Amino acid sequence: MMTTGVAGAARHQAIALGGVVERNWYLFKRYVWWEVAFFVWTAANTLTIVFIGKGVESTGATVDVNQLTTILLVGAVIWSYLGIIFELFVETVAWERWEGTIEYTFMAPLSRPIHLFGTGVFAVAYGIVRATIVFAVIAAFFGLDMPNANFAAALVVLAVASISFIGIGMMTAVLPLISPEKGTQIGYVAQGLMLVVSGVYYPVSVLPDWMEWLSKISPATYALRGIRAAILEGASIGSLWGDIWPLIVIGVAAIPIGIEIFRRGELHAKKHGKLKRSG
Amino acid sequence: MQAVEQMTTSREAPAPRSVPAVEVVDLRKEFWRKSGRDRGFLGRQKRRKVAALKSVSFTMDRGETLAILGQNGSGKSTLVRLLSTLLLHDGGSARIFGHDAFADSSAVRKLVNRVSVEASFFKKMSSQENLAYAARFYGMPPSQTRDRIPEILTNVGFPADRRGEAMENLSRGMQQKVALARALLTSPVLLLLDEPTTGLDPRSKLEVQQFIREIRTTHDATILLCTHDLAEAEALADRVGILDRGELIALGSAQELKRQYDAATLEEAFFAATGRSFEEEDPEDEDREVFA
Repeated sequence: MMTTGVAGAARHQAIALGGVVERNWYLFKRYVWWEVAFFVWTAANTLTIVFIGKGVESTGATVDVNQLTTILLVGAVIWSYLGIIFELFVETVAWERWEGTIEYTFMAPLSRPIHLFGTGVFAVAYGIVRATIVFAVIAAFFGLDMPNANFAAALVVLAVASISFIGIGMMTAVLPLISPEKGTQIGYVAQGLMLVVSGVYYPVSVLPDWMEWLSKISPATYALRGIRAAILEGASIGSLWGDIWPLIVIGVAAIPIGIEIFRRGELHAKKHGKLKRSG
Repeated sequence: MQAVEQMTTSREAPAPRSVPAVEVVDLRKEFWRKSGRDRGFLGRQKRRKVAALKSVSFTMDRGETLAILGQNGSGKSTLVRLLSTLLLHDGGSARIFGHDAFADSSAVRKLVNRVSVEASFFKKMSSQENLAYAARFYGMPPSQTRDRIPEILTNVGFPADRRGEAMENLSRGMQQKVALARALLTSPVLLLLDEPTTGLDPRSKLEVQQFIREIRTTHDATILLCTHDLAEAEALADRVGILDRGELIALGSAQELKRQYDAATLEEAFFAATGRSFEEEDPEDEDREVFA
């Protein structure tokens, strides 16, 4: 059954990667009504943010409401997108430990980078579909006018940023290995910290200097700026290069760092017997 | 149950015949555990090292079935987890078909599979989906599992009309059959069975034991069976080891152990070897429960 040689090993890992995606798809189908409920929550949460744009106008301030609500909408959608990525990564360990399958997964001849990358592929695909639907629904709700929007360029920026998000997701996935009880929640802390320095609902120029410095190493900063430029100003991929190249650099660094952090976490778990089911 | 031969692709032995299937030498594992009584700085519980396995050594021949007998907390599951690359050791060595279980774990993972006391599946997914997911990790594409999964489920006595049903709706016995199917689907040359019949009703227990017998006779697999069921150990294994508080204190065929301890039954031999009856436990055993 086991094929040998480099081609055989590559085929084996490709099939295994498909298996991770397949499993997530099965679970999505089994929990589809929970997914609908979660979507409603995300839409409601996004609405509460985007209504701030309308609220500012009602105070008598002179603002371009259409632009402000679009800026807030992009921030809220990216927030929920990152939430999905991190949640699926954290669940790589947390859910499997809960079900008791984690030992079977970790003793299988599946390379850990492929395992994590498979989770990332599903997370990005699912996240992009959800983010697109949330964006479309809320934009329609407010009747937002985006005459110049270059949605293709916005999607390219999101796709490139996702490489970094996958790398950071790998880092958060290790947390439930170290703390089965509280590790999952720390994943949300990482999401919040990244977005607060990245100008999720405001320009990074309003941040204190030290936070503004941190924004330079956060991939979300470039993702938010690039996507907003594409949607509000119709910026082309070429003109967004200033945001795309830092995303590539951060992504190239984040993936191996994420894999290494997870590897160390796995060794820690194997040393201290933390892989077995608890709860 | 039908012949197991059909569903397990026999695999070439992954090393020369002279290399033993399992070679464990002075294997040690310790865990840090919090003490319930002793308090340290700021009232935090003090931690202390507890030995789960103390210099365990044994060898298994290819095709052999070895039963490890021991009470809860004796270190049986720790041994299984070490051999299946789920734990790192603190000393000694373990080789599976010549591969170091800790330095060459990726090679070992291709050769080993395991059935544990808890069936452990994604409860909302069906048996078919759970097996497909597990098979992918061993490089089996959908074209291969499409026919193979229904075949193997039939052979373990799993009803065809329940293959699409969520695992949470199945009995423990049914789940354990699916767990056996999952392990055999990947044609392991070393099968680690960690109390596979614990908690099963008598009928399911007999079915699973019969299935293990069939695997023995029809498939060239080496089986390590950890159990606290003395009759099961005697009926299924070529040799029996007694693991007590992390130490392998006796190893031989059931007859040899009875002779060695001048006992009429394996239970009496266990009593003579450990100085305690099989059911008897003391506070130290309770402390070691975490290793079960």
